[in-house]
Amino acid sequence: MMVTKKMYPMTGAQAIAEAMRQINPDVVAAYPITPQTPIIENFAKFVADGRVDTEYIRVESEHSAMSATVGAAAAGGRAMTATASAGLALMWEIVYVAASMRLPIIMPIANRALSGPINIHCDHSDTMGTRDSGWIQIYSETAQEAYENMFLALKLAENKNVQLPAMVCLDGFITSHGVENVEIYDDKTMKDFAGEYKPIDPLLDVDNPITYGPLQLQDYYFETKRQQVDAMKNAKKVFLEAGKELSKITGNDYGYFEKYMMDDAEAVIVVMNSTAGNVKSVVDEMRKDGKKVGLLKLRLFRPFPYEEVAEALHKIPVVGVFDRAESFGACPPLYGEIRNALFDSEKKPKMQSFVFGLGGRDIFSHQIENVFETLLEGETSGETKYIGCRGC
Amino acid sequence: MKNMIEIRIHGRGGQGAKTAAQFIVESAITDGKHIQAFPEYGPERTGAPMKTYARISDNIIKTHEAVAEPDIVMVIDPTLLDVADVSEGMTKSGILIVNSTETPEKIKQKTGCPGKVYTIDATGISIDLLGTNMPNMPILGALSNVCPDVKLDVLTKSVRDKFLNKIGEEKTKANIEAMERAHRELKG
Repeated sequence: MMVTKKMYPMTGAQAIAEAMRQINPDVVAAYPITPQTPIIENFAKFVADGRVDTEYIRVESEHSAMSATVGAAAAGGRAMTATASAGLALMWEIVYVAASMRLPIIMPIANRALSGPINIHCDHSDTMGTRDSGWIQIYSETAQEAYENMFLALKLAENKNVQLPAMVCLDGFITSHGVENVEIYDDKTMKDFAGEYKPIDPLLDVDNPITYGPLQLQDYYFETKRQQVDAMKNAKKVFLEAGKELSKITGNDYGYFEKYMMDDAEAVIVVMNSTAGNVKSVVDEMRKDGKKVGLLKLRLFRPFPYEEVAEALHKIPVVGVFDRAESFGACPPLYGEIRNALFDSEKKPKMQSFVFGLGGRDIFSHQIENVFETLLEGETSGETKYIGCRGC
Repeated sequence: MKNMIEIRIHGRGGQGAKTAAQFIVESAITDGKHIQAFPEYGPERTGAPMKTYARISDNIIKTHEAVAEPDIVMVIDPTLLDVADVSEGMTKSGILIVNSTETPEKIKQKTGCPGKVYTIDATGISIDLLGTNMPNMPILGALSNVCPDVKLDVLTKSVRDKFLNKIGEEKTKANIEAMERAHRELKG
């Protein structure tokens, strides 16, 4: 197999659109919302220019976008959409339906805060809100990762033992609109990787009739939900298999998480998406001064890799977990999962929860360095700390 | 940290500060550099003061934070000197390039910039050659005079590749000439 690649200056949104072009889905139904808009704008251009043969459905809302995508996927098409923030919130009802109907829809999300107050900038409130919807969630540090994660998500979602929809998350504006180096692999290689879509039990296979979306009351609803649980368990296994297959093309590693300078680390930060890059650059600087700090960047949030996270973190003396979302009256979502993962470990780290960057609030290196210093001193508490928030 | 060049561009919405940052990184990526370009994301309104950022490095750029200590600052609109602290975060080794008919000494005095100050009449060049006030292209030509990672010939090639189909041969040539002239006429 001869793989060629070319480097471009590209935004995350353009990189996602390139992945969609190479995958060439049968149907895309989408409604524009900042900061997702450039994804579907760029893709619409590919449709208009005849570079894909996708049926592009312009809809009147995100609720309709997800509904049309569900319809297309149930019919037997490879279907995609994309959204962010309030768009995902408006889809809500049908987001759950997509998962329960076991439709392998791929949906990139340019993570953005939810109203109110109204705000268009990055945080993870939108996808964290859908963490119990039954969708796979993969998070991306860079535009390059967002591009590659689209293919990873496709292979995973369409696997016959999984058959679940998947979100590919990238930070709104920071990654969706920031220009970075992106390597695009050649069309033939990526088209071959995506392969021809062979739907399982398509609605339009009239010789083998099947019912989608029936009423299931006390009689069968529970069993359907139980099967979703098993599918998610399978997804955790298949994620690594899909990653190995993609790795043959890219040479990159697609574990549940990336361990950065963790082997001898005395303090580790756990974070998802673009801020992992900021933490890496701080780790690099502090390591030069002999400070033993590291990073665990989580890639797969749903299904959550509890055992593996516990194995990676249980010997670390102090761990700080960075959430870019709040869960009012409860632990922030990522912190809750990490803490839960370690409950059964005999040895476990001291832990501190941090919330940062809500509504796009900047996070600077000096703030991350301060966090590492406090962690190195073993300073932890049961209370969440807020980075860069007035009055904290 | 500083095996990386960090650039901040001050402009007003609609003046092409974002395009300028794009051209800078496209030029650098041609040389195999690692790059980033991003605006300060605020409400984008025509005429409102805004900033864009660019980073160029031999190594992978990991951070995504805003540029706090720029090595080079470019000011596309001279009226911004009255409303924005354009030398914020600059050090002695920094470079400030301002679209202005004033002397570098006068701009240094006005801004209190601790680094080296250059001026270029990018508006004059633009009106002269393009017949309109689009100073972002000439100021890129000026930048290529002081920043080795941004090369004039690569810039002019990018302009040709990007503009020719959109605006035709004559206007493309005028844009390139404006860049070349600003490269030559940079004062400082």
